[in-house]
Amino acid sequence: MDLYEYQGRDLFERHGLPVLAGGVATTPEEARAIADRLGGRVVVKAQVKVGGRGKAGGVKLTEGAEETVARATDILGMDIKGHTVHKVMITVTADVAEEYYFSYLLDRANRTFLCIASVAGGMDIEQVAAETPEKVVKAPIDANTGVDAATARQIVTQAGFPAEVADQAVEIAVNLWQAFVAEDATLVEVNPLAKTAEGGLLLLDAKVSLDENAAFRHPDHEALVDQAAVDPLEQAAKEKDLNYVKLDGEVGIIGNGAGLVMSTLDVVAYAGERYGSVKPANFLDIGGGASAAVMANGLEIVLSDPAVKSVFVNVFGGITACDAVANGIVQALALLEQRGEKVTKPLVVRLDGNNAEAGRAILDGANNPLIQRVDTMDGAAERAAELAAAGV
Amino acid sequence: MAIWLTKDSKVIVQGMTGSEGSKHTRRMLAAGTDIVGGVNPRKAGTTVDFDGAQLPVFANVADAMRETGANVTVIFVPPQFTKSAVIEAIDAGISLAVVITEGVPVHDTAAFWAYNVAQGERTRIIGPNCPGIVSPGASNAGIIPADITGAGRIGLVSKSGTLTYQMMYELRDIGFSTCVGIGGDPIIGTTHIDALAAFEDDPDTDAIVMIGEIGGDAEERAAEFIKANVTKPVVGYIAGFTAPPGKTMGHAGAIISGSAGTAEAKKTALEAVGVKVGKTPTETARLMREIMSAG
Repeated sequence: MDLYEYQGRDLFERHGLPVLAGGVATTPEEARAIADRLGGRVVVKAQVKVGGRGKAGGVKLTEGAEETVARATDILGMDIKGHTVHKVMITVTADVAEEYYFSYLLDRANRTFLCIASVAGGMDIEQVAAETPEKVVKAPIDANTGVDAATARQIVTQAGFPAEVADQAVEIAVNLWQAFVAEDATLVEVNPLAKTAEGGLLLLDAKVSLDENAAFRHPDHEALVDQAAVDPLEQAAKEKDLNYVKLDGEVGIIGNGAGLVMSTLDVVAYAGERYGSVKPANFLDIGGGASAAVMANGLEIVLSDPAVKSVFVNVFGGITACDAVANGIVQALALLEQRGEKVTKPLVVRLDGNNAEAGRAILDGANNPLIQRVDTMDGAAERAAELAAAGV
Repeated sequence: MAIWLTKDSKVIVQGMTGSEGSKHTRRMLAAGTDIVGGVNPRKAGTTVDFDGAQLPVFANVADAMRETGANVTVIFVPPQFTKSAVIEAIDAGISLAVVITEGVPVHDTAAFWAYNVAQGERTRIIGPNCPGIVSPGASNAGIIPADITGAGRIGLVSKSGTLTYQMMYELRDIGFSTCVGIGGDPIIGTTHIDALAAFEDDPDTDAIVMIGEIGGDAEERAAEFIKANVTKPVVGYIAGFTAPPGKTMGHAGAIISGSAGTAEAKKTALEAVGVKVGKTPTETARLMREIMSAG
């Protein structure tokens, strides 16, 4: 889960890291209250999970409550690269003398964590690394020993932080690591880490990602989810424990296993190229045990997307037997009808693997004109795309 | 022969008395796996009946190994206990730990992996969040259905469970030496490269299917490894061409970050080193079939 900058700032503050005083506003009135509280010159920053907001006019310096309200009014509701601004963060300003870069992140390739530090901050670190690699330190971090003062000192020295800020940089490096571990983060990035004219260091931006697998030990992380930004279908699916991602297409997809479902999306998209460019409408993994109730929930979610014109149910029976899946599909259709949500879209079903013959026989025996059985994955994708194109 | 798991492997189950653990212990026994016991400190000294097979429960992995000669553990404990279960297995010095558990925090995986490295990597870890490993006709450690295919001379390594089953099914008439599901988490113990190296050295594997998906650059690194080290034919499949950036597609590691981790980049890297990459699982199976029938 990626956090907004203001959530990252708050998280840093909770862990004792130096950040600017500020607050977050969803209305101009709230912006006024924050500006009054802070006093003097402030900066108003659009809260969006995408880069380039400065260039898009989403960051403004203001003086006094009236100007702050005016700029907050401009920025709230603004569209930045397809993201609507619903919140602005307002902070006091800092007199910045130098800009550095500091981050901890997951290093998948080396199966560990990585610290990236540079005194050339304030710009895109990947560009700095590409153009002047000598200015970027990449230090692997042992997940068990972590970052103590000695490790932090090595990184700070190697990155060439000026002597007058080195001690403070070491302290920040240690505290930031502790925050990274304590919050089960997969990324904490500070760009810029600024040296002020007075000589102190401040974390002026916050990019934080948290590991959703660790939610069980962080009940407070749930509150960081931006409910307004969650797709309503994705939310409904989550409440039913289904792994659903909304996409922009016409063929609803239900399958078992993340890899097989991803593959199903691809195969449908290829087939769709021959039928007016219809595309998969969603990712939905119903997991191993495809019971009637789970299948009904899945179908309900997929069919409540108005863009869906046909549904492709692609199941490989591994541990789950195909006859159980077939019964699940037939019962799910009946269940939806009982709930008053009669299904009218065609369902293309491909069953293979464990007890496939029995499963196919059950589908045939159901005599439901909506169910079309195709025995290969590629053939079924083709049929689902064709039906979606005909229904558009 | 096969890689890492053979008919001589003696297998224990950590979490054998839990619902998933007991269900799959029964299935593994039915598949012919030599399961010699389980681990649960609260039930140590008892035995559990699996359709007539009395399996002893031990207090810890070290006791189980000493008493039974076990050299493989399959781990089904819940995510919050997985890290300590794996570290217990590493401490006991077991050769192979297969971590089935899904939803393990990545800090925990990083920690047990770092611990394993610090101990000199005595333990091969497969997973977490993986279906396990099967050497058809010999042994099955994990949740891969054992009856999809028989023994043969294809090696399979895959990030995805159901795509593994699909591929085994498509090529069931030819058969497999070993199928390894390495899992789709951002940090995993055994990688594509580890499996490719083992299959290259395995006299009973003639060709290799490698299944990858979006996220990270494991497939790109595997491509470099193939170029330098693999002489046996490799056929590839990559899932997730239509996945949008920034969205996690089921597996915790299956995410395109910015422009990194795309299916296209992985396919290009593999094709650049001579690996044939199928557009669909069925086409991938056909490419492998052509290689095997050419002998």
